[in-house]
Amino acid sequence: MIELRDLTKRYGDKLAVDGLSFTVRPGTVTGFLGPNGAGKSTTMRMVLGLDEPTRGDVRIEGKRYAELREPLHSIGALLEAKGVHGGRRAHDHLLCLAQSNGIPERRVGEALEMVGLQDVARKRPKGFSLGMGQRLGIAAALLGDPRILMFDEPVNGLDPEGIHWIRTLMQQLAREGRTVFVSSHLMSEMAQTAEHLVVIGQGKLLADTSMSQFIAENSRTHVRVRTPEPERMRDLLTEAGLRPVPGAEGALEVDDGDAPRIGELAAAHGVVLHELSTQRASLEEAFMRLTAQSVEYHAAAPGGTHAPPVPQEGTAPHPGGPQSPPGAAQPPPAWGEDWQDRKGRRG
Amino acid sequence: MSIQQHDGQAAPGAPQQQAAQGNWPNGIAPYSSPIPMARTHLGHALVSEWTKIRTVRSTVWTLSVMFALVVGIGFLTALGLSGDDFTGQPLLAGGLFGLMLGQICVITLGVLVVTSEYGTGMIRTTLTACPQRGRVLLAKAVVFFGLAFVTTTLACVLTALINSALLGDQTRPSYVNAEDFSGSFEGGKVVASGGEWLGATVGAGLYVALLGLLSLAVGALLRHSAGAITTMLGVVLLPLVMALFMVGEALQDVRRMLLEYSPLNGLASLYRIPMSEDQDATGWPLLGGLAIVTLAVLAAAYALLNKRDV
Ligand SMILES: Nc1ncnc2c1ncn2[C@@H]1O[C@H](COP(=O)(O)OP(=O)(O)OP(=O)(O)O)[C@@H](O)[C@H]1O
Ligand SMILES: [Mg+2]
Repeated sequence: MIELRDLTKRYGDKLAVDGLSFTVRPGTVTGFLGPNGAGKSTTMRMVLGLDEPTRGDVRIEGKRYAELREPLHSIGALLEAKGVHGGRRAHDHLLCLAQSNGIPERRVGEALEMVGLQDVARKRPKGFSLGMGQRLGIAAALLGDPRILMFDEPVNGLDPEGIHWIRTLMQQLAREGRTVFVSSHLMSEMAQTAEHLVVIGQGKLLADTSMSQFIAENSRTHVRVRTPEPERMRDLLTEAGLRPVPGAEGALEVDDGDAPRIGELAAAHGVVLHELSTQRASLEEAFMRLTAQSVEYHAAAPGGTHAPPVPQEGTAPHPGGPQSPPGAAQPPPAWGEDWQDRKGRRG
Repeated sequence: MSIQQHDGQAAPGAPQQQAAQGNWPNGIAPYSSPIPMARTHLGHALVSEWTKIRTVRSTVWTLSVMFALVVGIGFLTALGLSGDDFTGQPLLAGGLFGLMLGQICVITLGVLVVTSEYGTGMIRTTLTACPQRGRVLLAKAVVFFGLAFVTTTLACVLTALINSALLGDQTRPSYVNAEDFSGSFEGGKVVASGGEWLGATVGAGLYVALLGLLSLAVGALLRHSAGAITTMLGVVLLPLVMALFMVGEALQDVRRMLLEYSPLNGLASLYRIPMSEDQDATGWPLLGGLAIVTLAVLAAAYALLNKRDV
């Protein structure tokens, strides 16, 4: 278990981490999300006692990091920057770490095998590929068979097979009752791995919620209807008790409507439909909306606007209907504000 | 969720105690490893640092080059002088020239022991594995100092033996006044006293290992390889170079001071060829001075290491 209490870090006049309080619990994978520069890596360095918090503190199983007597047994970490001497063979790198914690030497071979590096144990990491370097870092984290694992962007540089491997590994580690805390800036990646979610933006806590709740909140769908007779269709929908709103390209959008019912309604009244599709907001989109106000480094979107690009996933265009262009869907009401409201009510 | 065990006294890895809190997500009990764990202490850090220092090429390289320079140059100078008449130089003094170059290797290694970890990011892994930063610094210092002392002393002993073997049969030429070199001759042949032997072997080894340790401390302060090596070369060479350019009468005192306390003078004095005016200097007081300076810089490095983020 990792407990953060009002954790704050200031570099000069830059507030990198701003009053973070949350708990990472054992038995689940906790995803740590935030855009670039949100303060994820800084938070993780403070957890490991590498950076001194400006205010607040972190406890590992109730203790400060420096009080841990067998740190590698308590917590194993993979940090963003590779913490490996390029000239020291993989085996020797793990050996010196094992020795510093009195870990039996046989664990070195076991850890190398666990990450699939046994064949390059005698090679120097200087010549390793990005993915091999990442695996060596993971081997170091697993070396002490720790109760807590913390990974900073572990899938960086891994191929699809490697990504699948680490996803399975993290879930297995959590199932064994360990605490798994993993950062990423990809919501879609986390959605497949994590059960719990902590989202930060510009150092501040934006969300601390279960993944299932996040999905329930954000997989809200709407039905998109395009017809040559929009006025007539709108009246029909309103009469049926639905609330259509005008969307892009003269389409109508119906929140929480179900497509079969709308299709039947149109057929019954002889209204021609050009499109009838269920639109699902992607988790990535929800994440971006949540962090939109706190993204530091916007790329200027083509066309000169400064809004973050909104990808469209999981659209299900009606057969025969035209593919809806990306970004055409009306975004659901600001999800982030909504969440903040609930949080306010809860706490 | 309340924060527990603030005193840090609770037995490590006591899952029962935590399980008492109940409500684990998914009803999974906290993980408990079957691997035996020891409470870590300085011994672990020493073994770890020994593994680290012997598994990088820079250690092998710097120490081999040092060995080759000291013994090689010592051998060549002795060879050049053998057969000639006594030059007036103490028997073992030829070892100094090789060591003056060889010490640069030890300085480089001392710096790299710390700065290579900062350069590669290894320091974060190291301090994660051992959050007691003072222990890490102490272990590094002990392991490096031991290794540097042993290898340098070995090289110096070998060089002294070569000098003694090749030059020991030199005789005193008739024009040399025996009074001026009392103690340097025995039965007409050149000899070295016990004190000279000690200075040219253990003394020189200690001196250079201390310079290396000072470099390690400077490396920990500056955390930058090139910066720390440059600083150390400045410390070793600059006083002598500056003294060479101080010619005026007014600067005589400064010049004398610089020569006296130049790190090179300490080494030369151990070989009984001091650069200062005090021709009887043995180098041991200067070695003591170097030890004090080294400890002070190490203490500063320790204080900063504990204070700074890594
Ligand atoms: N040592 C440091 N000195 C000064 N500023 C720093 C330092 N470390 C981080 N920062 C700043 O703090 C902020 C948070 O950085 P951090 O690396 O923690 O973000 P992150 O969430 O890990 O980002 P990314 O997703 O890109 O890895 C950034 O604005 C960064 O510039
Ligand atoms: Mg980061």
